[in-house]
Amino acid sequence: MASNNIYDTFVASVTQWIHNGLYHLMPPFWALIAELTIIGLVFLLFYALVGLFLVYAERKVCAFMQNRVGPNRVGLYGIFQTIADFIKLLMKELITIKNSDKLLFNLAPFIVIIASFMAIAAIPFAKGLHAIDFDIGILYVIAVSSLGVIGVLLAGWSSNNKYSLIGAMRSGAQIISYELSVGMSLLTIIILAGTMQFSELVQGQEYGWYLFKGHIPAFIAFVVFLISSTAETNRGPFDLAEAESELTAGFHTEYSGIKFAFFFLAEYMNMFIVASIGATVFLGGWMPFHVFGWTGFNQVMDYIPPSIWYIGKTGFIIWLMMWFKWTFPRLRIDQLLNLEWKYLLPINLFNILLMAFIVLMGWHF
Amino acid sequence: MDLEKLKERVLTLVPEAELEENKQFLTFFIPAGKLHATAMQLKEDEDTSFDYLFCLSGTDMGKYLMVVYHLESTKLNHTLVLKVKTGDREAPAFDTVCDIWRTAEFHEREIYDMLGIRFTHHPDLRRIFLDENWVGYPLRKDYTDEVNIVEL
Amino acid sequence: MKEVIHTPVPSVEEEEYHINMGPQHPSTHGVLRLVVSLQGEIVKSLKPHCGYIHRGMEKMCEKDTYPQIIHLTDRMDYLSMHINNHAVCLLVENALQIEIPERVKYIRTIMDELCRIQSHQLWWASFGMDLGGLTCFFYGLRDREKILDIWEESTGARFLQSYYTPGGLMWDIHPDFQKHTKEFIKYFRKKIRDYEKILSGNVIFRERSRNIGYMSKEDAISYGVTGPSGRGSGWSCDIRKHHPYALYDKVEFKEILYPEGDTLARYQVRMDEMYESMHIIEQLIDNIPEGDYSAKMKAVIKLPAGEYYQRVESARGELGLYCISDGNKSPYRLKFRTPSFSNLSVLDHISRDLKIADLVAIGGSLDLVIPDIDR
Repeated sequence: MASNNIYDTFVASVTQWIHNGLYHLMPPFWALIAELTIIGLVFLLFYALVGLFLVYAERKVCAFMQNRVGPNRVGLYGIFQTIADFIKLLMKELITIKNSDKLLFNLAPFIVIIASFMAIAAIPFAKGLHAIDFDIGILYVIAVSSLGVIGVLLAGWSSNNKYSLIGAMRSGAQIISYELSVGMSLLTIIILAGTMQFSELVQGQEYGWYLFKGHIPAFIAFVVFLISSTAETNRGPFDLAEAESELTAGFHTEYSGIKFAFFFLAEYMNMFIVASIGATVFLGGWMPFHVFGWTGFNQVMDYIPPSIWYIGKTGFIIWLMMWFKWTFPRLRIDQLLNLEWKYLLPINLFNILLMAFIVLMGWHF
Repeated sequence: MDLEKLKERVLTLVPEAELEENKQFLTFFIPAGKLHATAMQLKEDEDTSFDYLFCLSGTDMGKYLMVVYHLESTKLNHTLVLKVKTGDREAPAFDTVCDIWRTAEFHEREIYDMLGIRFTHHPDLRRIFLDENWVGYPLRKDYTDEVNIVEL
Repeated sequence: MKEVIHTPVPSVEEEEYHINMGPQHPSTHGVLRLVVSLQGEIVKSLKPHCGYIHRGMEKMCEKDTYPQIIHLTDRMDYLSMHINNHAVCLLVENALQIEIPERVKYIRTIMDELCRIQSHQLWWASFGMDLGGLTCFFYGLRDREKILDIWEESTGARFLQSYYTPGGLMWDIHPDFQKHTKEFIKYFRKKIRDYEKILSGNVIFRERSRNIGYMSKEDAISYGVTGPSGRGSGWSCDIRKHHPYALYDKVEFKEILYPEGDTLARYQVRMDEMYESMHIIEQLIDNIPEGDYSAKMKAVIKLPAGEYYQRVESARGELGLYCISDGNKSPYRLKFRTPSFSNLSVLDHISRDLKIADLVAIGGSLDLVIPDIDR
């Protein structure tokens, strides 16, 4: 059922207009190239703006939790603070290390950014508003975000610095371990939904988000997903590898200027990506909150644009992740890995069985 | 153990000990050679059991260099002060008591640093506060330093 | 140019390497350099290098008069300033056998306990921050500001006050002192429950501190680790109970002991001590007698020739002052037996075979203040 009529048609008509315009103006091959370039630029812009905004949001959220105000000098309420920070980072000297592997040293930040960039391409922001709609959407996203760990390991190795290497090894071990949990918790919902394609997933949540439809196993999967995705992105209580105020700054010790800015930005964008995957898979993506049978209520909910729903849900999960980070102390590396291999993995396996059982018996909403 | 009995016990252990009158705690000067044995005995004996060395300090008394050990027993709640002295200002040395009370490690390093008194058998006797290549021992009364000490 | 100091290190086995923590380091709370010998993640041995803030206080004391020495003790353990001042004042007063007014004793005890609370607040703030819970830092310091405001009213300074003098106080307390102190206690009793929810009750924190850095009671006595660190191993060493001074024999308070000897026990001791300090203040705050704020002292203070030893319980442990006087207005020799100096010596012993992250937790639980070590 097409439930979001006004907004869908708006999006569809704009994209159609651009498409037709381009095909009118130039031969089909070049029009295709032009379309791809436009999409690429739009995403780049989106990436940069969201990154900027998230850094500002983190500083404000953490400030309010710590009983202070946060940036409030640069611009009204400090909104230009991040721009000022990035201008500063751009102007810093790029220190090159003597004995490092130059190619790998320069390549590492790019790999991290590319991995997160590729993942964001598959996420739907509204009906029809996503770059790629694979029928193996979730699998693609999980696979592509795993590429980020290569960047981390390369960064640590090529710095020619034993502390960076320790930090990179720790971080690599952490990311690889928690990928399993992320994948398996998403797998639980795939069993419920029956599809891996993002647009189908969101459509299937029309009459209830999967978090509520799948009740117990979906809730367990959501909690596990939150924990593992925080660990995946080196955030929150799992930031031992980077907030190594005990030793050094971890794998990105030797980076300065724009290359450091890449790592920094990639971390916030990774947080955004896992939050949006969580919002799409568990909380319905751009689908408003509908209850089966309450048509009046559903129509009211439809008045809020789907993009606002999407941003709200993602924002909620991001806020949760920030809340964790500023409240809890850090885990030690062995406790971190213990948590994954001895607790989360068995819980996940059990949960998948439980969900499969429930789906077979039809005991879901 | 009350003061009288404690006094007798120390004098039994070290007949050459000299009691100092009118001090806040029971204070004895003992010969430097007997220091380690006496200290070990005082710690091991059940009815003295001085297990807490709460202050270990060194002083340059002008004529001699003195090291003062303030001992207390956590079980029996009595206090004793032992002092050793040496007139040798060139190479003063005493036995270490690190093996008896571990807190002495750092305190003896400080005394070496400030007064130049060596402690034989100390596991790691080197300067603790000043640079390794500092010349002189600041807490000695004949120490002069035109750069760092401002005389008013 | 000074040469590089070659530290004597144990024989380097395969895969063992050394790292430096400090002297500039967010977690060592001051200028302390720890040369840690590691095998992978495991700490094999640890050598502290002190002396970065050595100011030669003991040498300075041989030229300063007794009231001037009070200002030096402020800067020694800058978080227990009143208690350090109290030690010097008691040394002089007991040596000269001066009777100080009751009012002075009440105010000194209350100020000492406020000092202890604020020291523990700062300790909690930095301990939480070291372990990664950065918000703890702001909460602890926010509440500590209230005590600093009370002090600023009465003594004129927030931090290093030098408020006590031999014979009494420098000047009388502010008329609002009692009111503000009572308000503070009411406020802080609510806030300290927050502290317990954030850190004490948190499972991550408990996992990082339980069974970490075990120190047995015999080790504590042998290494001379006094104060909350020693009481966390079950050693009853509170000078306020064993050799009472000021009004500690007249107020009722418990000596907090936890037998477990790990980081969590040392943490719990300090949290409970904050409650006890508030209890002591509550017993005294309403009953401050009227009177002089200082006994009459001569202009120049000369201690009779002899040796004097004064012990007080600072926030870190037992502070001892050993004074050899020859009858002049400066001591012949004044030795400070500082608690952090002995507390530091046990760090190597208890962090063997633990990880680097644990080393930070243990260092935080011992509550070292570096100027106290170096004087």
